[in-house]
Formats: sequence, C-alpha cells, structure tokens
Amino acid sequence: MRVSGPARWLLRIGSAITLSFLYAPLLVVAIYAFNDKRVQTWPLTGLSLKWFSKALNNPGVRDALLTSLKVGLAATAIALVLGTLAAYAVARFDFFGKTTVSFLVILPIALPGIVTGMALNATFTQIIKTDLALWTIVVGHATFCIVVVFNNVVARLRRTPASLEDAAGDLGATGLRGFVDITFPQVRSALIAGALLAFALSFDEVIVTTFTAGPTETLPIWILNNLSRPRNLPIVNVVAVCVIVLSIIPVYIAQRLSSDPIGVGARGPGD
Amino acid sequence: MKRYIITAVAAALAVLGIAACGSSNSGSSSSSAAFKVPNLPIVNTVGKGEGALNIVVWAGYAEDGSTDKTVNWVTPFEKDSGCQVNAKTANTSDEMVTLMRTGRYDGVSASGNASVRLIAGGDVSPIDTKILTNWADIDQNVKNQPYNSVNGQMYGAPHGYGANLLLWRTDKVKTAPDSWGVVFDPASPYKGKVTAYDDPIYIADAALYLSKTQPALKITNPYELDQKQFDASVALLKKQRPIIGEYWSDYTKMQAAVTQGDTVLGTTWQVIANLLKADKVPIRTVLPKEGSTGWSDTWMMSSKAKHPNCMVKWMNWITSPKVNAQVAEWFGEAPANNKACAQTADKNHCATFHQGDTAFLNQVKFWSTPVSNCRDSRGNTCVDYSRWVQAWTDIKG
Amino acid sequence: MSAHPATAPDGAASRRRLAALFWRFRALRIGSLLAGPVGWLGIVYLGSLAVLLVTAFWTLNEFSGTIVKGFSFNNFKTIVQEPVYRKIVLRTVSIAALVTVTDIVLAFPIAFFMARVASARVKGALIVAVLMPLWASYLVKVYAWRTMFANQGILNWLLDPFGMHVPSSGYIRVWIVMAYLWLPYMVLPLYAGLERIPDSLLDASGDLGARPWRTLRSVVVPLALPAIVAGSIFTFSLTLGDYITPQLVSSTQFIGNVVYANVGIANNLPLASAFATVPILIMLVYLLIARRLGAFEAL
Repeated sequence: MRVSGPARWLLRIGSAITLSFLYAPLLVVAIYAFNDKRVQTWPLTGLSLKWFSKALNNPGVRDALLTSLKVGLAATAIALVLGTLAAYAVARFDFFGKTTVSFLVILPIALPGIVTGMALNATFTQIIKTDLALWTIVVGHATFCIVVVFNNVVARLRRTPASLEDAAGDLGATGLRGFVDITFPQVRSALIAGALLAFALSFDEVIVTTFTAGPTETLPIWILNNLSRPRNLPIVNVVAVCVIVLSIIPVYIAQRLSSDPIGVGARGPGD
Repeated sequence: MKRYIITAVAAALAVLGIAACGSSNSGSSSSSAAFKVPNLPIVNTVGKGEGALNIVVWAGYAEDGSTDKTVNWVTPFEKDSGCQVNAKTANTSDEMVTLMRTGRYDGVSASGNASVRLIAGGDVSPIDTKILTNWADIDQNVKNQPYNSVNGQMYGAPHGYGANLLLWRTDKVKTAPDSWGVVFDPASPYKGKVTAYDDPIYIADAALYLSKTQPALKITNPYELDQKQFDASVALLKKQRPIIGEYWSDYTKMQAAVTQGDTVLGTTWQVIANLLKADKVPIRTVLPKEGSTGWSDTWMMSSKAKHPNCMVKWMNWITSPKVNAQVAEWFGEAPANNKACAQTADKNHCATFHQGDTAFLNQVKFWSTPVSNCRDSRGNTCVDYSRWVQAWTDIKG
Repeated sequence: MSAHPATAPDGAASRRRLAALFWRFRALRIGSLLAGPVGWLGIVYLGSLAVLLVTAFWTLNEFSGTIVKGFSFNNFKTIVQEPVYRKIVLRTVSIAALVTVTDIVLAFPIAFFMARVASARVKGALIVAVLMPLWASYLVKVYAWRTMFANQGILNWLLDPFGMHVPSSGYIRVWIVMAYLWLPYMVLPLYAGLERIPDSLLDASGDLGARPWRTLRSVVVPLALPAIVAGSIFTFSLTLGDYITPQLVSSTQFIGNVVYANVGIANNLPLASAFATVPILIMLVYLLIARRLGAFEAL
C-alpha cells in the first residue's frame, strides 16, 4: 500500500504529537531532579546536583532497589517457565479447554490490580495465616507476569512451523531434545523480549505489591512512602530519572536481539 | 468453557459452605451498653530490650532527623535503649486500626477514635501504671479517660493533645476568619481552593459547627449523634462539597497544596502550619469561636507485640519531660507530662496550647469512636461509626 | 518411534521409553505441559479470588470493627441500594471507556507509521521510544502530572498567555493522566496488528478502485480490530481499578478509591470485597466480548 506524501507527513506529525505527549512529563521529572529547593514550584529557582548524592547515600533506596531486583528476577523466572509451558501447549496442540487456558492466563492482568492484591492478601492473611514477606510479593508478581511471556511465545510459535520439530522427532529426538535443539533457538528472542517486559512490569508494580508486601519495601513502595516525605521527594525524582536512563540499555538490547519486533511475529511474504 | 464455569461456581459454593459452617459469633456486642473488653494479661514488667521496635505513629511523632536535622528524639532513644525504631506513619485513625490489626507492630499512638476500637477488639494490652516511670507527672485531665481506660484500668501512656485549627493564606484570603463558617459557606469566594480532612470523623466537625449555629438540633456531643443530628451534619457537608478543592489525609499533600496555592483555606494541624512557616509561606491559623475537634493521643502496646520491653521503654522515653516537650513543640500540641512545660524552648508553649487547662479542654471535642449507645437518655439510637464511613463515601460523591 | 538399536546406554533407554510414553499418549504431553501453569493459576489465582468472594459475605462487628466470619448479604444490599455506589460505578466505567477511545486515537497515527511507513531503523528506534516510558515509575509519572496541574505549575504557566487554565475538574484531570499512562499499552498491540496485515490485501483493495481513505476504513481498521480490542483490554482494566491516580491528581472517587478506602483504611474488608466484585464482573463481560472479537490472538 502506497502511502501518499501528504499522508506521510500527517502521520509524522501525529507520531510526533504522541511522542511529545509521552515524554513531556518525563522531562518535568528530569527537570525537578535538578531542583535546588525541596518543594516543586514553578519556575525553578535554581539548579543543583545535591539530590543525586543524597540518593546515592540513602540506604532506603539501595535496599528497595535490591529488593525490587530480587523480586523481579524471581517473578520473571517463574513466569518464563510457566508461560512457556502454557504457550507451547496452546500453540502446538488442539485440545478441549484451549480457549479457557488463554482466558485463565490473561485473567491476572485483565482484572484490576486492587482485586488481585486484595484476593492474595485475604488468602495469605486469613486462610494460610502467614506473614507477608518477599515470597508473597514474588507469588503476586509471577502470577500476572505469566501472560506477558505467554503472549510473546505463543506469537512466535505460531510463526515457526511445527514441521521442524516433527522432523527432529523423525530423526529420533525425544520431546525434550526437540525442544532444546529446535524450538528453543527459534523462540529465544521471544523469551528474552517476554522476560524483559515481565521484569519491567514487576519492577514498577505498586498496587498488588502494596497488598502483598508487608514490611518489605520494593522500589515502588519506597517511592510511594517517600512521595509523602518532603525531604525525600527530590530523591524520588532522581531515582526515577536514573531508572529511565539505565533502562535504555535492556530495552535496546531486547530490540536488537529479537529479529522480530517485540511482542509480535514478522510479516511473512504473502502471509 | 461452560463446564469450566460450572465447576468454578461449584467450587466457590463449596468454599462458601465451609466458611459459613466455621463462623464465629455474629455481632454479639452490638446492643450492649458498655463494650465487652477481651481478657488480656496486664503488662506489669519491663525486661531487657529486644533490640527492635515497630510502631505506628502520626506524622511527626517519631522524628529521626530526616525531616529536619535538628529535630530528632528517635536516635537518642535508639542509643539509650538499644531498640532500633521502625516507625510507620499513618494518616488517619482508621489506617492505624487496620495496621495494628495485622499484628505486625508493637505499638501505636492512638487517638480517641482508634483507641476504643483497639481496646474493644483486643488489639492492645492493659498496662499497669507502675511500670510507667512518668505516670505521677502526667496531667490529671488525660489520666483514666473513657478513650484510654476501662473501669480504671489504663491501656497505655498518655502522650498529649491538641486541636484542629483553621488555616488560611494571608495573601489570598483578605479578611482573617474567626469562624468555621468560612469553610461551610456554599457561596465562598474561595470555591475550589478550600480543603477539609479526608476522614469520616470530619462529620463531627460539621456537627460541632451546627451545635453552635443551629441550637435547635440540641447537639451536645458531636460524636454521639442521633439520626436527625447526623442527617443535618451530612447535609451540611454535602453543601460544602462543591467548594472543596481537595480533601487531605496525607499532611504533606496539604503542605504542598498550600505552598503551591491550590489550597488557601481549611482545616489543618499545627505541625503543618509550622512546616509552612519554616518554608516562608504566608499563612496564619486560628482556633475558631465555635471551638474545634481535636485529638488526645495515648501510646498503646499491641497485644501481639514482639518487642514489648522496647515498647515500654519507648512509652517511658516519649513521656519523659524533655522528649515530651520536644514532640509537643514540633507537632504543636499540649504535652501530657506537666514537667515538660519547663522544658519547652518557647516558654509560652504550654499556655498557648492550653496544657492542663480544663476550661479549654471543654471547648475541644477530642476524637472518639461514634457508637450506637448515646450514653444518655436517648439510649441506643445514635449512629455508629460504620454508618459514618458509608456516609463519608456518599458525601465525597 | 525409536529407530536406534540396542547399543544405546541404559539411562538413554529409560529416557527413550519415557519419551515414547509421552509420544503415545497425547493427553500426557498436554497435561504435563499445562500442569504447572494451570495449577498455579487455578490454585493461586482462582483460589484467591474465591477467598475474596467468601469475604464479601462476612460482616463487621459494629463496635470494635473486627471482622465477623458469618454469612450475610448485607454488603451486597448496601452496594445495590445506596445510590452513591451506582454513581461511582457509572463514573468509573465512563472514564475507562473515554480513556480507551482517547488512547486509540492517539495510538493509531504512530502505530500505523511504525507498521507501514517507517524504515526498519526508524521502526526499531520508535519501538524503543514507545517502550521507554513504561520503565519510568508509574508513581513518579503521576506525581509529575500532579505538579504540572498545580495552580502555579508549568501548565498554567504555558496556558495563561492564551487565557486558558488547567482543568479544575478532577474527572478531566484523571482522564488526561490515565490516557497518558496507558498509551504505550495501546500502541504496541496496535502496531503488531497493523504489521500483520499483508500487503497483498491492501494492494488488492487499491486494485478494486478504493482510495487510501476507503482502504483504511474498510480494510485496515476491520483487520486491526482484534489488536485494537486487545489493547483496549489493558487501558480499560487499568483505568477501572486504579485508585492511586485519582488520589494524587483529584478528589474524585472511583471504584478503586472506594475499595481501597474500605479495605486499607476503614478496615471493612467485607464491604471492599463485595464492591470489588463489580469490576470483576465488568471485566469478565469485557473479556468475553473481546474473545468473541478475536482479541486473544492479537495480544
């Protein structure tokens, strides 16, 4: 389909508007990270780097960051395993209840976070009667991260023909061998993309975490608690800016690694 | 898909059945006059500190230097007792009750509208006053009150008390107000820039105002409202809703809103006014002529405290003259310890905040949990707190 | 069918027997694949939802406020009978729909550009550009908007010369911020969906005499519909239950605020659970419609 010249320009302008909308508040955050006052007034009275050093020296931030990394890695690992298993079943087989599985997988992320959080909290505190700790956070996060991995892997598996695995089987490979040698290399980039997206989801999640964290502080919980403290609010801005800047790396890597763009299969010829 | 849904429903019903069978009492004390207090052992010894302390506090009650470098009574306590303090700030009494019910905290600075619920719920322990080292110096007016004791048995250490105030920005509000009427005026010139405390207990503020402006309603206690008085108060708050710009429960939200000019008039705590003045925001406060609601706080220990000794040590620390004076000056309230008055930096502090002033204490209606028992000739016809909570949702709309 | 002779070592032989078993019984293969995920989701997730539903039937002791584990429809009666809850549900559903439509409109140009016009390098850069804001903390973004909305903040500073002002309505502020927050969740599936449309169909449409706008309306949009619906699941659901954004940028109450106020603050878990069943029901219906429209293949 040929898109006409003027249409191209219209699209470019539309995209620019959307991108500016997306980045304007981030710019505001970045500006206030250099604010010299504690209070976020406008216009700024002066610029300062002092909050960066304060952020580095704040033990709460460091602990929260470490906790978030631990939770994110654990939840992503669980989601990778469960999501891939489910994706393989759904993409390669036809069975009764197939749509139900897709439905079930998407439910944790489709239902509002407060529902998931309350449900898990009620189960942990009223039924199992256990203390809320790191593992309860991981359980919550893994549950809604499954779908992210699932979607990516299913999309990729639908693009890769099953015939290769059948051929491997004909050559004597067992199911596991076939998966490791044939399927895995093909879906690897989808796995990475899914893992990165799952990690991002877990890293920034706050509502479900509020209900399942107890006294443990992940980074979003720390931010939530410190948005209330006037002395620490500027540190929050600094932390946010650092996270954004640092995350350019994994997102870029994911983009380069996947031969397909993230979350989708490539357009095949005459698809 | 259909079969799946049916099995899910069946499973849910099964769980329901099990839950229903395993039910405990259903509202046994709903009609009793005095509430039944659970039988808990009285705490009467203090041992060695456990090394840690988890407390739920009002913002400003456990300062460790992170808000202001010079304001710190937590670090000296940690050095003195060896108990590392982990303070969780709560914005409302409701939040405090919820947090205490998790059993994760050793103690709480409970106001009157939390303390009674905690006592009745068995969440806090009775304390033998002999282990409270400052008990003898505590002001009579806060000892053995209905909100911190039952039948002469104390449930904690009194901390201090204060009143809610009316605050305004002197550069935006031209005439200095002296009455709560300015926040209840539906034709207010400051529409959209008025604030109020975001908690169902604020209904009592409306009732207090009505007790002076509509004497026909015969409101004597703003927490014991019969249906007619309650409806009038709720109606007043619904009339107020359109002029409210933002309700606040997080004190820093109010601080930021006043600083940025989004709020110019409304209910405040002295500590917020102090912080604003320190940031050179032009504000003033007043205790309006109708009087005000307020709080009288008591430090209470959780019945499930994992660090009871550290909690008792904290209670004795915070009620000692010097520290009690520090908190009282920082937060803006009257200290419970009479000897603290000699220790305040501002020599007039106790006079300003009416420490030990019984007449003043009659003007300030301390937060208290509304219950159905009116405690007077009206019997059990008063509106209880759960209906206050529902009404609050309705008022905010 | 194992074709290798008996020279294989013992361990391999038993593995081969196991593999043969899996190959013969398809159900075993599917079952072992699904055991983990379905077990986890069924027990952990559905089980928790069931517990939540059970707590909706509990009540609160009037005086002490402690939970009474009985069985009563009181909470549901309250929700159905008190008009304020209906008002809040309608308000929340309407804003969720508004946010979804806004995001579709905002996402379409850039998604289309990425899918069909941009070169491979620009496309890659744009994907990264759209994904980046997802890595910025949700809370910080909302608080940035709160700062921007302030009376003496940036937006008023920009708008005042034109005689305009930051909207004072909490509803509008929440709408703007939510549309902002969930935009990437709409762009990505939409982009994926638009990319999947084969060139051949679009060429055919042109061959049949359709101008580009007609092709867009009659061919592209219907084919991209599953992707649009897929993206809308996120924007709708995320808006439906959010309580933090309304709290930070407005004083307006939405479903999430009422649920949170009751469970986290008023300690009325039963009423909160009962009210929480409303967004659950709404989303279940939405998901069923979305599945019918093919969204699940387009996520």
